[in-house]
Amino acid sequence: MNPLAIRDDFPIFQEKINGHPLVYLDNAATSQKPRQVLDVLRRYYESENSNVHRGVHTLGTRATEAYEGAREKIARFINAPSPYQIVFTRGTTESINMVAHGYARARLQAGDEIVLPPSEHHSNLIPWQQAARATGATLRYLPLQEDGTIRLEDVEAAVTDRTKIVAIAHVSNVLGTVNPVREIAEIAHRHGAVIVVDGAQSVPHMPTDVQELDCDFLAFSGHKMLGPTGIGVLYGKPSLLAEMEPTYFGGEMIDVVELHESTWKEAPWKFEGGTPIIAGAIGLGAAVDYLSRIGMEEIAKHDAHLADLAVRRLEEIDGVTVYGPGPGKPRAGLVTFNLDGVHPHDVATVLDAAGIAVRAGHHCAQPLMRILNVGATARASFYLYNTEDDVDAFVAALKQAKEFFGHAIG
Amino acid sequence: MQLDDLYRQVIMDHYQHPRNQGQLADDAIAVDLRNPSCGDEIRLQLLVEDGVVKDVRFRGSGCSISMASASMMTDAIKGKSIPEALQLAQTFREMVKGEPADLDQLGELESLQGVSKFPARIKCATLAWQALERAAEASGADGEAKA
Repeated sequence: MNPLAIRDDFPIFQEKINGHPLVYLDNAATSQKPRQVLDVLRRYYESENSNVHRGVHTLGTRATEAYEGAREKIARFINAPSPYQIVFTRGTTESINMVAHGYARARLQAGDEIVLPPSEHHSNLIPWQQAARATGATLRYLPLQEDGTIRLEDVEAAVTDRTKIVAIAHVSNVLGTVNPVREIAEIAHRHGAVIVVDGAQSVPHMPTDVQELDCDFLAFSGHKMLGPTGIGVLYGKPSLLAEMEPTYFGGEMIDVVELHESTWKEAPWKFEGGTPIIAGAIGLGAAVDYLSRIGMEEIAKHDAHLADLAVRRLEEIDGVTVYGPGPGKPRAGLVTFNLDGVHPHDVATVLDAAGIAVRAGHHCAQPLMRILNVGATARASFYLYNTEDDVDAFVAALKQAKEFFGHAIG
Repeated sequence: MQLDDLYRQVIMDHYQHPRNQGQLADDAIAVDLRNPSCGDEIRLQLLVEDGVVKDVRFRGSGCSISMASASMMTDAIKGKSIPEALQLAQTFREMVKGEPADLDQLGELESLQGVSKFPARIKCATLAWQALERAAEASGADGEAKA
């Protein structure tokens, strides 16, 4: 794959940021969008726009075919056995909340346990806190190793017959660790527990095969994988989706409505109450077409290579701390770091002045920040349009930041 | 965008050598504030006597802008009446938002004027001032009629 050719597909790289070409290293927060996705959105609104699943007119049929066609594309993208296992949601947060509300709460009681690592994004942590509070179940946290990895023997020890839910990110949005989801699913299933996987940082960046992972639920967001904001996915095993209650009720999701009670459509439509996110789903379909054409294996290799390069270059700078796995160790395409004596906000401002976008803050992972004993960190995250030159520009600007603040406060 | 516009020498000096850092006795008014989007936190304590700020201390963690702003603020409000301190807070807010402001009032705080060109950092600069406004309210000397 050729990142330089890929960049030509992304209009945003025409932008100048503070007089510099854009070096976009905030992909873990959201990705940029290729013309191929933007064109599909425009075409939908210009020539297909209509509501779906109702009415018999021609545009209604076009919109429905495009919407359901996107579902099929996404099912193929993660190797789901059937498109009916793909529920369209607003994003990872909504997907996980739907599982916590519609599936977990009715099945949890006092004495039950929910097992999860303390490194989870708030979106895969707070829904479980709330479910535990509502049911009397308790959260049981997996220990993290120094480099943020999770040992299977610790999972073996934590998961028992009391465990009803195991919630875990495939890739940590802070540490870049790749958790052994397939092995953890096997342990969970041996104890009759259900595993809910946060795929927000994995599905955009590596091949995903839900059948091989054997996860029960998988949640991810479209905007982190070249798609529009406001569209996400909940994948579930058919029997679980059949048992799971909808979270939202109203139009579109019903079968028969009586005055005092109603019945629902089958999954996935029973979870898509109201007019669904039609353009968003179609845009996400175009995004997975784009990603598939490049190849997810290639993208995974590329992102991991840039992150590893960045780790090696950062570790050469005195006063830089890199969190997560060391150089040469398995790591997804992101690097979280701090520069001694300089707050990550100040680092991010100096980088921004050079046209380089990184994230600074707690990355929606406050418990993990406490484990790392930092208030905040800076993070650079890579995607298919980033190059080794981007890593060079980033490292050079970071050295400037160090010098700038060294002089200023030294 | 010029970094030197933002990171003036006096800001760096306050960041490195914060004034009025520490803690007052328990009878002082204490306000804890955090910026949930970035993790910056501050504890501001005010000792108010006869409607005047007799003493002030802060503790916190955050970026150079938020900590320097807190440090300069504590210097600036000591000895001022609560309404005067609130007036200063309003003027400071106007300045960092790039609105017309009476800069003569601000003294050293004028060094934070560059924040107005960095909209993402306005929240950093105003965290301590938000704490001050809460503390003023708690003091009952803010001039507002109490229910």
